[in-house]
Amino acid sequence: MRIRFRFSKLGRIRFTSQRDVARMWERALRRARLPLAYTEGFSPRPQLSFGLALPTGAESLAEYLDVALDPVRAVDDGIDVATLPGTLDVLLPDGIDIEEAVVVERSKDSLQQMVTSCSWTMRLTGISREDLEERVAAVLAADVLPIMRERKGRQEQDDLRPSVLTLAGAGVDQDVAADPTGRTVGLVAELSTQPRGVRPVELVRGLIAVADGAAGLSPEGPDLAGRPGRIPVLDRACRTHQWIVRDGLREEPLRGRGIPAGADRALHAMERAS
Amino acid sequence: MESLWPQIEPLLAHVTKPARYIGGELGAQQVEHGPDAVSWLLVYPDSYEVGLPNQGLQILYEILNERPDAAAERSYAPWVDMEASMRTHGVPLFSMENQAPAGAFDVLAFNLSAELVYTNVLNLIDLAGVPVRAADRTEEHPVVMAGGHCVFNPEPLADFVDCFVLGDGEEVVGELNAVLASFRTAGGDRVGAGRVDLLRALSRVPGAYVPSCYDVTYDDAGRLAGVTPRYPETPARVEKRTITDLGDWPYPRQQLVPLIEVVHDRLNVELFRGCTRGCRFCQAGMITRPVRERPAEQVRTMVSAGLERTGYDEVALTSLSSADYSGIEETVTGIIDDPACSGQVSVSLPSLRVDAFTVGTAAQIQRVRRTGLTFAPEGGTWRMRQVINKLIREEDLYAAVDAAFSQGWKRVKLYFLIGLPTETDEDTLGIVTLAKQCVAIGKRYHPSVTVTASVGGFVPKVQTPFQWFGQNTIEELTRKVHLLRDAARPVRGLTIRWHDPKATAAEGIVSRGDRRMGGVIEQVWRNGGTFQEWSEYFDLGLWTDALAAHGMTLEDAVYRHRTEHEVLPWDHISAGLHRDFLWQDWKDALAEHGLPDCRWTPCYDCGACTGYGVEHVVASAVPPAGGSQGTGQDLSSGGQVPVRFLTTAPSGAAPAAGSGGGAVALVSEGSG
Repeated sequence: MRIRFRFSKLGRIRFTSQRDVARMWERALRRARLPLAYTEGFSPRPQLSFGLALPTGAESLAEYLDVALDPVRAVDDGIDVATLPGTLDVLLPDGIDIEEAVVVERSKDSLQQMVTSCSWTMRLTGISREDLEERVAAVLAADVLPIMRERKGRQEQDDLRPSVLTLAGAGVDQDVAADPTGRTVGLVAELSTQPRGVRPVELVRGLIAVADGAAGLSPEGPDLAGRPGRIPVLDRACRTHQWIVRDGLREEPLRGRGIPAGADRALHAMERAS
Repeated sequence: MESLWPQIEPLLAHVTKPARYIGGELGAQQVEHGPDAVSWLLVYPDSYEVGLPNQGLQILYEILNERPDAAAERSYAPWVDMEASMRTHGVPLFSMENQAPAGAFDVLAFNLSAELVYTNVLNLIDLAGVPVRAADRTEEHPVVMAGGHCVFNPEPLADFVDCFVLGDGEEVVGELNAVLASFRTAGGDRVGAGRVDLLRALSRVPGAYVPSCYDVTYDDAGRLAGVTPRYPETPARVEKRTITDLGDWPYPRQQLVPLIEVVHDRLNVELFRGCTRGCRFCQAGMITRPVRERPAEQVRTMVSAGLERTGYDEVALTSLSSADYSGIEETVTGIIDDPACSGQVSVSLPSLRVDAFTVGTAAQIQRVRRTGLTFAPEGGTWRMRQVINKLIREEDLYAAVDAAFSQGWKRVKLYFLIGLPTETDEDTLGIVTLAKQCVAIGKRYHPSVTVTASVGGFVPKVQTPFQWFGQNTIEELTRKVHLLRDAARPVRGLTIRWHDPKATAAEGIVSRGDRRMGGVIEQVWRNGGTFQEWSEYFDLGLWTDALAAHGMTLEDAVYRHRTEHEVLPWDHISAGLHRDFLWQDWKDALAEHGLPDCRWTPCYDCGACTGYGVEHVVASAVPPAGGSQGTGQDLSSGGQVPVRFLTTAPSGAAPAAGSGGGAVALVSEGSG
């Protein structure tokens, strides 16, 4: 028996890693006394399978977790999936909230393999809306978008352009006193995850590279000196959707009955005190 | 107190492991500060991952927060990248719970578990915006306190810490809090009105040592002549605090469960405090006497409640020698068989003596998953082990290793010390002989077993019989490491790991220094020497330069044997042990004469029980299986021993050895 959870990760908890979140779930599931199925071997672990890893520091409205239960004990214990979100929410740390839980078929592909793209909402500082719109247009018009990316501990050049499926400015500008330009601007994007996922920070590097060339190539990030208001800096990023393709249609692994997902909710979450 | 979160948050996107700084652990308390509560910031002066699991800090955190007149938060040393960012942006050291500035607390209380963190202590005081030297602080600054094992020689930090606290903290922390609460400033906004009077008042609390209440004198040769009280009410000798019954203190009740992975990331339940095996190199065993076992029923409750609350799938039963706990096998079996554990909870025993480790224990702890198995013979030959009083025979080690391999372990780790008193090359090379035989035993069960021998350089510790011993030089330790490495090279399945002899030397510098060592520590810190426990940041050159600048040498500070009548910098600090007992034990060591465990044999009058009117608290009248310590003597007859037996026996506990031992004794008192 397999249960799929959709959950959000918002606020301070965004500073934990994917591995940390996995361990939070393991502990919460044990505290809930769910009859977990364990791996075989000398060091048995609960069988958990997450969707695509979320970068440390990013928030999300669309995280997924598949939990395998021991089929015999699950029936004996009379597991009621509808009650699980309520049971588990109080056992998970603040900022991790379950949106939905359903029983799913055991499929041969893992969630991680099935996801083809992710939608992101980002909040940038250091740039005006006009400058950002210019850069967005330039990215969309470009044939190639070389940036430096880390791969197995080494910096290599990679073309970002094929991974940028959609890109647009979003939301209203927000006044932020801490920012030198006095405000932030929103950005939404759908980024392909195959063959390799693109992280929001890499997209921002592409936005820099498209107009400032070498600045985006620097692995340390842009040198902001002398160019306030022109160079975008990633302030917050929130994954709003993970997409899979089923029967030729793009859809979410869980449809999220009544889940108000999307850029507006992401921006709203970012505005809340974390 | 104001929250620094708005200033901290933007820094977190650019540092490693940002979740170190967000708090929010399960068990973290909602701390509210009010005018009636003394505010404590409990600081562990090493990284979050190392500091968070510290049980001492967690115990005090809970005890203080249960009091209406106290409020305690926690802090850890920000990692190097975060500290740089904090200093650049003017963000001071802050607490985990409320992200409140450290300088706003009434007390900064440091846990001192290792000497090489001393430079971090100075750094954190500075990062808090507080003058590092106690003499420069005013009513506007927090009182800086320190506790933990290292305070049994407080002198190297005496210029920086206002008040040290010796021994078990459970009771004394409340007494200190009461004194602090009575010294509010007129406005009531903080503790510390009349700082000198406050410190004098603290010095009257038993177990508290306030360095500014003492004068230090030196003789014409520049040797320490004495540390003497300045005021009539100041004690000439400060005695440690000892709680008499661990059963009265079932803490931590709500062990912290961090959001990120830390060391010892599991439920920890303390089986007993103190150890009387009498290993002469072991400071922990000397300064925490006597043995006080936690009642087995309480252990069971703490384990089951802790697992249910935390969701951990591993519990460590901690102590200085866990296999010595009365009825250890029954306790382990009870946990593993508890239906609430669903057969998925593993038990680890972090400190295992080989003579108390049986096939039964091995079989129990491997039922769920095999945690690492480490044994500590410490010395390579029987002669060496008699000198250090770690009286385990080769047969004991081989039997324990055999038990482990036969129960399916494929890797075993062995701990040894080199640079011990009277050590010869034969003793050193005995390490390889032992380890090699362990590999051979393992190969009977599995073709690819590995044995790792971890070798540490010995640092003589204060309040032990070896406090007079001159530490081996860096060159000598390095030579011994090379001997071992070369001898182990042809042995398949044997790996030798060693601790950097340079770091051993630096630890020696601070371990036995007098008050003048403070200048050396300060200089190392001012020259950037933080995180000296970490090999990537450790720099011996900083230490030797600072020594030289203060007219000191490694030869005198570290390598020199101390003499019988020499004034030692920690003579005014007492862990209860009589100096003549320690000196006699030192002479016994040199005579290769072992001393059996006083839990089960007559008292040697070391002072730890008699001096404080406390007693051993153990549940079993007989030592664990194999507990003869290899001396072959019959321990079952016992004697006039100041031992109080627990009135509730661990269920199913049976005497493990001996002829006369009836079931579990329910006697109380034997007069000492």
